[in-house]
Amino acid sequence: MTTSTMSLPTYDEALASYDPVMGLEVHVELGTATKMFCGCPTGFGAEPNTQTCPTCLGLPGSLPVVNAVAIESAIRIGLALNCDIAEWCRFARKNYFYPDMPKNFQTSQYDEPIAFNGYLDVEAAGRTWRIEIERAHMEEDTGKSTHVGGATGRIHGADYSLVDYNRAGIPLIEIVTKPITGAGEHAPEVAKAYVAELRELIRALGVSEARMELGQMRCDANLSLRPLGTEKFGTRSETKNVNSLRSVERAVTFEIRRHAAVLNAGDKVVQETRHFHENDGTTSPGRVKEEAEDYRYFPEPDLVPVAPSREWVQELRGTLPELPGARRKRLQADWGVSDHDMQSILNAGAVDLIVETVSLGAAADQARKWWMGELARRANEDDVDLGALPITPAQVAEVVALTAAGKLNDKLARQVIEGVLAGEGSPEEVVAKRGLAVVSDDGALLAAIDEAIAAFPDAAEKVRGGNQGPAGQLIGAVMKATRGQADAARVRELLLERLSG
Amino acid sequence: MSTAFDGDLTRGTAAALAAAIKAGDVTATEVAQAHLDRIAKVDEKVHAFLHIDAEGALAQAAAVDAKRARGEELGPLAGVPLALKDVFTMRGVPTTCGSKILEGWRPPYDATVTRKLREADLVILGKTNMDEFAMGSSTENSAYGPTRNPWDLTRIPGGSGGGSSASLAAFEAPLAIGTDTGGSIRQPASVTGTVGVKPTYGGVSRYGLVAFSSSLDQGGPCARTVLDAALLHAAIAGHDPLDSTSIDQPVPDVVAAAQRADVLGMRIGVVKQFDGEGYQAGVLSRFHEAVDLLRELGATVVEVDCPSFDSALSAYYLIAPSECSSNLARFDAMRYGLRVGDDGVNGVEEVMALTREAGFGPEVKRRIMLGTYALSSGYYDAYYGSAQQVRTLIIRDFDRAFADVDVLVSPTTPTTAFKIGERVDDPMAMYLADLCTIPTNLAGNAGMSIPVGLAPEDGLPVGLQIIAPAMADDRLYRVGAALETALNTKWGHPLIEEVPSL
Repeated sequence: MTTSTMSLPTYDEALASYDPVMGLEVHVELGTATKMFCGCPTGFGAEPNTQTCPTCLGLPGSLPVVNAVAIESAIRIGLALNCDIAEWCRFARKNYFYPDMPKNFQTSQYDEPIAFNGYLDVEAAGRTWRIEIERAHMEEDTGKSTHVGGATGRIHGADYSLVDYNRAGIPLIEIVTKPITGAGEHAPEVAKAYVAELRELIRALGVSEARMELGQMRCDANLSLRPLGTEKFGTRSETKNVNSLRSVERAVTFEIRRHAAVLNAGDKVVQETRHFHENDGTTSPGRVKEEAEDYRYFPEPDLVPVAPSREWVQELRGTLPELPGARRKRLQADWGVSDHDMQSILNAGAVDLIVETVSLGAAADQARKWWMGELARRANEDDVDLGALPITPAQVAEVVALTAAGKLNDKLARQVIEGVLAGEGSPEEVVAKRGLAVVSDDGALLAAIDEAIAAFPDAAEKVRGGNQGPAGQLIGAVMKATRGQADAARVRELLLERLSG
Repeated sequence: MSTAFDGDLTRGTAAALAAAIKAGDVTATEVAQAHLDRIAKVDEKVHAFLHIDAEGALAQAAAVDAKRARGEELGPLAGVPLALKDVFTMRGVPTTCGSKILEGWRPPYDATVTRKLREADLVILGKTNMDEFAMGSSTENSAYGPTRNPWDLTRIPGGSGGGSSASLAAFEAPLAIGTDTGGSIRQPASVTGTVGVKPTYGGVSRYGLVAFSSSLDQGGPCARTVLDAALLHAAIAGHDPLDSTSIDQPVPDVVAAAQRADVLGMRIGVVKQFDGEGYQAGVLSRFHEAVDLLRELGATVVEVDCPSFDSALSAYYLIAPSECSSNLARFDAMRYGLRVGDDGVNGVEEVMALTREAGFGPEVKRRIMLGTYALSSGYYDAYYGSAQQVRTLIIRDFDRAFADVDVLVSPTTPTTAFKIGERVDDPMAMYLADLCTIPTNLAGNAGMSIPVGLAPEDGLPVGLQIIAPAMADDRLYRVGAALETALNTKWGHPLIEEVPSL
């Protein structure tokens, strides 16, 4: 039951009348070795229900014990998000019935989150946006349901459902923004940039791989519209489990258009959860609830309060790595690139590739030239991520080294890259197989130079007379004769030497 | 077989049985078999047990005998039989909590208490009857039928741990484990003429104790003598890393306190609130006689005012149901236990609802509904929130009292054992049975009930409650043992010997 995009106003039409307000809730699965409240392992891809125990199965009598590493990760995330860290906070039970939740309550945090009042600066549309963070709190993941049969793949209408509790109890951090206002037409882009920046941050902290395709990071996007020039927030929808950066952007874009259509028709937006559809970029309503959900939160009596000492928090602050924003600024300065070029590098996902290539000895400008030039073009043509191309930073660094050593010129280097991408082996192997080495035998070059001088006596005479302009004609002839495999700089050197003696 | 027990091993105390086994006067197997025989003979009348694990018990007893034969050191309770309340998990042994919803469930793991009992070489005879999920004061709320009081089979044995208390009074076991959320160890002890202790909250691990109300539940020892209770207390208490609310401190030396058995120089406070109207005359007369006796034994007795205790019952009936509404949510037919209505047509929510409708009894449903309501948005502050405030006031009353006295005393419960069926239709009357025991659960400190005689009007046992500050459980045993010794001297024998033969 997806809303047809045909009947919706265009994005520009929607933005001409309304101001979007967003709220983003991101769940991150921590990469701890064991679960949040028991000692079960957390590895991905194990046989269903093999990584379980009485506690994460919620068996009668079982009790939770907090994973200290998860608390540490939560505090580090909070600090990296410029949050205050609670001096004392508690877990709370969020009560609702669902088969993938073994206890029929989720141990979470309610009005006492571990971290609160922070912000994250993100770059989008050529400027910096400060996204205010409401809170970051700890909770446990649910099991994973697979609904078999039925048309929708959801629990209603399914023939039967299977539940895998391996995921139940894996530590989650939920990071909730304050309402994001003022992004206007850039709202979808800002949403995407926020999630991307958060992912970078989580990875830099080493607390999770934050792979969205594996569900290690999941985003719920809340959106509402208000008529331009008004203050009061409209009714919001919550699009659940938007699981890629591109989907975040698309889901927000679609919801802006859908809300505008509802409001334009004089109808009221229904406060509801919605599902995003990757195939056509639309959303559809989740289950319609007759009453507002009442989770009956209360403090978890099976756990004692968490009271991180200020000394510990300070110590953890000291373990924070260089955060992505600061790192980008440093790299931009090191590489000496403009804001615009840096943005292109970021958009292409080339930062880490360039850093790694440079770390293997390549000059920064050379590394950047290849990744942002030839390779970016290829990635674009093939519609893959830059990092997914079949070439490694080490191979690019090798090509740069061969060029610097004069063994390849630019044209040959391009052919070597092409060979590596075609799976012909390492740069050295491609050079050997394709016979691409620069002609560096001065004897061979001098013979070609003499032929060129003989072929173009007028040009040679002018150079002899001190006019270097026509030297290009002679060099071109030499390059042609050597089928491009000569080092042009060496040819020039030898030519001038020949004509001055 | 030894003649030390006049030919009846089931009359022995745990301490005496352990000593006899250690000395080789009797084998653990003989002791276990004697108790299994006794159960076979009388449990049809009493119905203290829901499950008898004869095979497991005899195997454990044989292991103890083998240990002794190898010359290994035996612990202070090695080979002593015990009845385990059916609210603790025991690997491979049915654990129902007195509920249909868990019928047939065999847990894949041992509770910490169960593990400690095994490690101390106790012989677990079986699982005892209880009010469903420990909600009740009479064991009439068990889905498997009521337990009867050995003193009078037409009367209740208390609850929720009526199976445990009755098993002691019926000489089916010398020791039992109970749990006390609002009085479920102490009130059954009181009405069966036995000893029951609720240790300090966090003193005994709750891991594997199927939760009713997590912030109030506490496992503890039940016995026929104060020393036996102390020995069992020492065996099950102590820090458990699997229970976050477990206290990481040394267990008070309860056995030494029970052996010391004196109140010389102690200050004892009589709770002013637990006296007068609503209390059975015979309960009050026996209670006051016992207090006089404590004074004669050298204690200073003062009256203590604890005004917030008047609100304890109300606060309890908001907090306990609130927590239970959440704790019992997991019984949904999805993973274990009863499943009703799974006909291929009903959806998951229907199956959950039909199972809970069929699997829970009326009292459990009543409390789930109360708790769900009390936690609802818009009502939380008025109910759950203010109940927690009352809890704070009660803790302050205790703090004030314990600044002046070493222990507090009161009747354990306002009446002797009432008739089966008498209060089933009147929840409020039933709830009043826990009036005097609840403040201790709300404050998390320690309490004990010991028998102080029979009420003249009905000839039924009366219990006296002793309350000590958190982690001062040893004081219970000092006072309890002193009183027990003095009373036994006065009567010429332990009160339990007056229980009619079945």
